Parts: sequence; structure tokens; C-alpha cells
Amino acid sequence: MQHFIDFFSFTDPNVRYVVLGNVLLSASAAMVGVFILLQKKALVGDAVSHAVLPGICAAFLFSGSKNTAFMLVGAFITGWLALITIDYIATKSKLKKDAAIGLVLSVFFGAGMVMMTYIQQSGNAAQSGLDHFIFGKAATLIGTDLVIFSVLAAVLLVAVGLFFKAFALVAFDRPYAEALGYPVRKLDLLLTSLTVLAVVTGITAVGVVLMAAMLVTPGAAARYWTDNIRRMVAIAVAFGVFAGLAGAYISYTAPAMPTGPWMVVVSSIIAFVSFFFAPKKGIVPKLYTQRKNQRIIAEENTLKMFYHLGERNSHFKGKRDLSELIHTRQVNETLLKTTLRRLATKQLLIAHGQQWALTDVGYQKAARVVRLHRLWELYLTQYMDIAADHVHDDAETIEHILTPELERELEHQLGYPKKDPHNTEIPKI
Amino acid sequence: MIIHTQEPILEVHDLTVSYSRKPVLWGIDFTLPSGSIAGIVGPNGAGKSTLLKTIMGLIPPSSGFIKLFGRPLEEIRQRVSYVPQRESVDWDFPVSVLDVVLMGRYGKVGLLRNTGARDRSIALECLDKVGMSAFAKRQISQLSGGQQQRVFLARALAQEADIYFMDEPFAGVDAATEQAIIGLLREMAAADKTIVVVHHDLQSARSYFDWIILLNMHLVAAGPTEQVFTEEMVQQAYGGRLNLLSQVGDVMEKRAFPSREN
Amino acid sequence: MIAFWIILTGALVAVTCGLLGCFLILRKMSMVGDAISHAVLPGIVIAFLLSGSRETLPMLLGAGATGLLATFLIEYFHRRANLQTDAAIGVTFTFLFAIGIILISVFAGKIDLDQDCVLYGEIAYVPIDLWVTPGGTILGPRPIYILSAVLLIVILFIKFGYKELKLTSFDPAFASALGISTALWHYLLMAAVSLTTVSSFESVGAILVIAFLIGPPATAYLMTHDLKQMLAITAALGIVISVVGYWMAYWLNASIAGCMAVITGLCFATVFVYQRIRVTHKRLTHPEPATD
Repeated sequence: MQHFIDFFSFTDPNVRYVVLGNVLLSASAAMVGVFILLQKKALVGDAVSHAVLPGICAAFLFSGSKNTAFMLVGAFITGWLALITIDYIATKSKLKKDAAIGLVLSVFFGAGMVMMTYIQQSGNAAQSGLDHFIFGKAATLIGTDLVIFSVLAAVLLVAVGLFFKAFALVAFDRPYAEALGYPVRKLDLLLTSLTVLAVVTGITAVGVVLMAAMLVTPGAAARYWTDNIRRMVAIAVAFGVFAGLAGAYISYTAPAMPTGPWMVVVSSIIAFVSFFFAPKKGIVPKLYTQRKNQRIIAEENTLKMFYHLGERNSHFKGKRDLSELIHTRQVNETLLKTTLRRLATKQLLIAHGQQWALTDVGYQKAARVVRLHRLWELYLTQYMDIAADHVHDDAETIEHILTPELERELEHQLGYPKKDPHNTEIPKI
Repeated sequence: MIIHTQEPILEVHDLTVSYSRKPVLWGIDFTLPSGSIAGIVGPNGAGKSTLLKTIMGLIPPSSGFIKLFGRPLEEIRQRVSYVPQRESVDWDFPVSVLDVVLMGRYGKVGLLRNTGARDRSIALECLDKVGMSAFAKRQISQLSGGQQQRVFLARALAQEADIYFMDEPFAGVDAATEQAIIGLLREMAAADKTIVVVHHDLQSARSYFDWIILLNMHLVAAGPTEQVFTEEMVQQAYGGRLNLLSQVGDVMEKRAFPSREN
Repeated sequence: MIAFWIILTGALVAVTCGLLGCFLILRKMSMVGDAISHAVLPGIVIAFLLSGSRETLPMLLGAGATGLLATFLIEYFHRRANLQTDAAIGVTFTFLFAIGIILISVFAGKIDLDQDCVLYGEIAYVPIDLWVTPGGTILGPRPIYILSAVLLIVILFIKFGYKELKLTSFDPAFASALGISTALWHYLLMAAVSLTTVSSFESVGAILVIAFLIGPPATAYLMTHDLKQMLAITAALGIVISVVGYWMAYWLNASIAGCMAVITGLCFATVFVYQRIRVTHKRLTHPEPATD
């Protein structure tokens, strides 16, 4: 707890710097990342972050010192060059984009490695710490660096804010944006530059390999919570900021822990939780809906059995026992029993010892399902020329999903019919 | 109007096909006689290619079944040939025209074995039939659209099948190729091969096909061209009135409802 | 002799990766190799922690396990959660790599491993890692034997699966219609890529594995219209790159893996530029309507 208070009071200037730096870089990367993701260019981010290494080394060789500003300029140049090269190869040859990305990524990084080892061999004392760019070292952020990062982050924020609408449109519907006269090529170049800028901002903290995660992971997670692009950007930024804070906090409490990788791990965990549990789109809620639907189907089919039995002697609310029910329709006995119990608690059925009967509400519901079944059968035969002996199976599904609006429309189109194709009566409610 | 045949070579029985739970084909049910050239005709989005892919076992149906020669596809794959849409492959792929045609022999050759001299002479023969023997060594990216289609046709011929399913073989080809292809199809039909073609041009459909399957998410009509290809049927296939059907499909997709109980 | 072993190692890796890479780029799946080669890091660290040594077998098992875990997760998120493929790759491999770095930092005292080795490899140490029989006979560097075995497996795989690999890459719909399982061949290829990546990264590192998987095939793809020729050119390029790369590294006194990657890039650039010049030249001498 003491750690927690110490950390979040931000009294320690080191903590302040690290936290502010992390938050700035993860927020700006997440923001740009959303657009990269929507344009299906997630791996381009990976290529750019690998490609900044030779730029950093070249800047070092050129200036002979570890001047952050110089290195950022160098990184920006090679990162940008890599993106242009990928585009050029993919458009001017039969090579596909994925191969172009992989090629540029490995070759640029290889060039960086050559330069790095060259620098190390040359024995320049200042070179120690150059490899922080590869794996990142958020804890080394100092005051002057922070000023640079803040400026870069501010530039990113303003640029994305200004061109938000245009980026969103290009990401969503490129040909339409072109038709509207948007300068799509120029917007691409701008987004490219912003991507490189975001990578350059983040590289010192998380390193080249993990930078791709800072760009893409928050956006990928946010995608599962909303369909609205504004909200998606906001959520992605929030996730990014949270991951940045968490990473800094973890390495504050346990100094052996590296900040950058923890930011990525926290961010990934948020993403995994989103993939699994986000309402509607997540894997688990989807499975839950499926189970719920199956339960509804089982319940409605059971109600239908009572109705069919009742139809034989026009005594719909008669008591039925298990064997009688099973006789009307092939069904698993245990499933039938649990369904009967559930229907009884919902007061659609009343239990009389080993027998069950429909309640008034239950009867209404049963009649409606049978009615929808027969209406759909009629629709299939009348409008779709499907033979009467083939329509039953389709209707078995559709009866469970027709909404009251669709039911009204169906009835209207069929001219308020009384009989189904098998000449049995369509129940009225 | 659905006219069935007594001795069907292809039987599609009450077929429903869904994409991510949304049905795109509803209760398709028709039969086809041997030696016919059949056209699957319908508006865009009618599910023509989907029907073909389902028959070829590339898309699992949500209900219903298909029989070819009275048996399921797996048992008689050797007798069935398929021509996918031309755009479905990457024409920059590093293979020659002859290589592509030889692919038609892979089903006969079996696993781990290579194509032999006999396969090669069959492939060359097939290339000759489509008028492409001069191009055997040519790389496929250098072909025009019509030539690409002829190569695909030659590959299908090399399968030496009894029934051929072709997805839009006339799309984007020149008039000469179109005539050459239809001539070839007629020859094949005369040799008692059955050919099923996805087609979207109503004008030519009447003269090309002797059997028509009119489709628009459901089966509008199926039978001999002169009987079922009437103004009224075409009107019904292209005229809409399926609003309810697509609304129901949307609801099924949104609520993630299974298209069958189990 | 040292130079020979290093060049041989490089060439073995280059040829093995290149042969499989041909099919990866034709299937538009190049980045899966990237993902696997990064994702092996946590596997290596865990294997090291459990076995307490840098024995080859535990390392291969550990790396193979996380490599396969990566392909599985990518596929799972893509299919079950509808995540776009590029994002699935990006999220998965960075997560696994981050876990690897954290493990290394936490157990820094106990582990004689660093993150660098995964990225750069240690090809310079290959000649030292000798295989000595109980009798004391020196049979040469151990990695050579492992890499040769993997190359042999890959060659046999491509030889016997050639026509299926070709067809499922070119026209999967037609392949399925013939009754050839596209899924089976996809997973066989993935397994081969995993095996290759895992056995190669220790010598040459993740970056050079990616460079060898994509670079020579991409270059050969521009040079020929024939798949068999593409495979042959790829293999030849792999050997040339390894020789020239070593020579360059020796001359500059710099990273061997880095130099080989750079030479890979130069090879591609040369062929690419040559083709661009030829195309423009053709257009100038035989003007034709622009296709754009």
C-alpha cells in the first residue's frame, strides 16, 4: 500500500518523469494505432519499429554522441524510408505486401545490427546504452527527453484531431473517400509520418520489437467494445494509458521488472480479456447467447408438444405425462425433464405429480409458436415454390426467431390465412 | 415451377446454406438429367456461386443433401470436375500453362506420386481442344482473360470427368472465346457429359442452355429451358419480393441463432 | 576452418528457410515466420530454467512449444474472436516476446542467456559447439548435424508433397474439389516452418531467419516464372548470401547475421532495380497504353 501511495502521489521526480513519459507515448501510439489497425496495416507498424534501428545508429555515428534529438531524427528518416520502400515494392512488382513488409523489416534491422556492432567494435565509450533502443528502457527517461516526447505527443494529438474525419473515412471506405475528392494519397503519407513519429516516440521505452504492440494491441482490444470510431480511439487511448501506468508501477514496486515488456503484457492481457469477455463480440458472450438460444428452442418445442397433443381432442390444457410427450416428438428424456421443470418455474406449465399441463400464459405461448411455424410453411410454399413436404424443417427454425413485426408483415403478405399448406388450422391469438 | 427428371444425375435435396448463420440459400430442391448443359441464372447476390461451391463440398450446407450419380460426392469425386472463378487465383503464380492443366490430373495420380508421360499427353490434348496448345510453355501471368479461362477449361477437361461445374466461365472473356467455349460444351454434352454453368447474362442464357435453374436466394424455377425460362419466371427471379426473407436472415445473424436445432 | 563452419551453417539455414519461404510468400503468409521466430523466446527461457543448461534438446522442445502456441493463438483469435489476421499476429508474438524478456530480467542471476541471442543468434560460436563422442573423437560442430537433418526433412517434405503444396497454394478451391485437404497441407507447412525456425534461431537469430525465409524467395520470385526454378534459385542465392555475408562481416568486423541480412537486401534490390529499368526501357521503346 505504501508503494501505491508513494507512486501515485508522484512526489518522486523520477516517478513523475517515467510515468508522464509512459503515458504520453502509450496514448499517442494507441491513437495512431487505431487507424493503422482499421487499414489492416498492423504489421507495417512492426516493420517501421524495426527499421528505425539503422537510423538511430547512423545518427550516433554521425554525431558521435547520444543526443536524443539527433537519434530521433535519424530514426524518423529510416522509419519513413522503410514505409515508402514497402509501398514501392508492393505496387511496382508482383511481390505482395506481406513479403515486402518482412523483407524490409529484416533487411533494415540487419543493417542496424551491422552498424551497432561496428560502433561497439570502434570502442566509443558513449555507445553503452545504445542497445536500449532495441529492448527499451523506460526508466532512463530524463527531463530533457521528456520535453521532446511531450512535443512529439502534442504534435500527434493535434494532427490526429485535425484529420480525424478524413482518416476515419479513408479507413472505412477508401474508394468513396477518393470519389469525394479527398487527397487520399496525401492522407496516407500523413498517416505514415504519424506512425513513424509514434514509433520514434515510443522506441526508447519499449524497444523496437515490442513497439508494434504499443501501436496495435490497445486498438485491437478497443475494437471489441464499440463500433463507433470516436469511442474506439478513446477506449484504445484509455487502455494504452492504463498499460503505461501499470508498467511503470510494476517496475517501481519490483525494480528487477522491466517497464516496457510489462506495459506490453498488461496491454495484451486487456486485449485477451476483451477477445473473450467483451459484450456481444467476445467469445464467451457469444457462447452464452448460443446456449440461451438453445434453451429457448427447447422450451418452445416442449410447449408445442402440449399444443399438438391438445389439438387431437381440442383439449389444450389437459394433463400429459412424460411418455405421452416423448411419443409426439423424438427428444432426449433428461433434456425434456429439465425443460419441463424450467417451464414450471416460469409458470408456463403446472405440475400435477408426474403430469404437466399448460397454464393460460403457456397456452398463449404454445399457440404463437405453432402459429409462426404454420405461417412460415405457408410463406415458403406460396412465395418460394417449395413443395409442402419440404417446408417443415425450415419452419422448425424460423418459428423461434420471428419478431412480432415480422409476424405481422408475414400475415399481411399472406392475406391473413386460416389454414397452413397441410390444411391444418393456423391458431389465432 | 420446378420440373424434376426421372433419372437424375444430380440431385439437390432441400438445401439450405448459411454464411455466419445468415441463410443465403433457402430450401433448394432440383434434379438434373444426364447430357444436359444447365445454366444457373439469377441476379447478383442470388447465391449462384454459393450453390455451386456447396455442391462441390467447399461450403458445408446447414441442411439438406446432394447426390451425384445417386451417391455422395466423396465416393465419386473422380467423376466430378470443377472450374472456379477466374479471379479466385493469383495469376502471378510461378507456373506454366501446362503445369496448370496437369493439376487436373492430380486427383487421378494420387498422393506422393508425380504426373507421368500419359498425363502429359492428355494435358496437351486438352490444351489443343481449347485452342491453346501453342501456349503450353507460357507463364500464366502473360495470358489474357479469355486465355486464362481456356486454360481453366483445359484443366477441367484433363480430369476426364462425367459432370462439370463451371463458375462464371463467360465472365470477362472476349466474344471469340465465348463462342469457342460454348462450342466445346456442346461437343461434351453430345458425348453425354453433363455441364452446369453459373451465368448472369439473360440474353444468351436461352440459346446456351437446354436446362435452366433460376435462382434468387430460393429456387424460382428449374427445368427444360423452353418450359421454365418464361417472362413470368424471370420476372419473379429478378423482381424482388424477398424483403421478408432477407429480414429473417438478418435476425438470425444478429441473434446468432443456429439454423438447425442441433 | 572456422570460416567454413560458419558459412556452412549460414548456407544450411538459408537453404532450408528459403525453400519453405517460397511457399510462404506464394500463400501470402510471410509474416507467420516473423511471429514464430519471435515467439520462441519464452520457450527457450523456460526450457533453460527447467533443464538448467543450454542443452540442445530441451531448448528445441521449449522453443517448438511456444512457436506452435503462437500459431495456435493466431488461428484461434482469428477464427473464434473474428480478429483480423495481421492484428492477431501482432498481438500474439509481441505478448510472447514480452513474457520472454520479463522472464530473463527476473531470473537474470540464474540464466546465462540474454535477449540479444534470440534476435542476433550466435553464429560465431557455432564452431566451438563441438560434438565429441564418448571415445573422444571430434565429429565437428553439433549445429551442423542438426541443421543438416532439418534440411533433409524439408527437402523430402517438398519432394514428396510438391504437387499438393503447389496446388493448395495456387488454387485451394480446386484442390478441395479434388479431395486434397487444404487444412492438412497448411498445418504440415506450418509444422515444417516451426521446426526450421526453432532449429535455426539459435545459430542465426530471429531476424536472419525472417530475412532468409522471405528475402531469397522474394528475389527468385521476381527472376523466374517457374516454381521449380524459383526453388533452385532460392537455394543458390542462400549459399551466395551466406558466403558474401560472412566475407563482409569479416571485412567490417561486424555482426555476421546482420551482414547476411544486408546482403539479402542488396540481392533483392539489385534484381528489383534491374527489372524496373527493363520495364521502363521496354515502355520507352515499345510504347503501350498505360495500365494504371
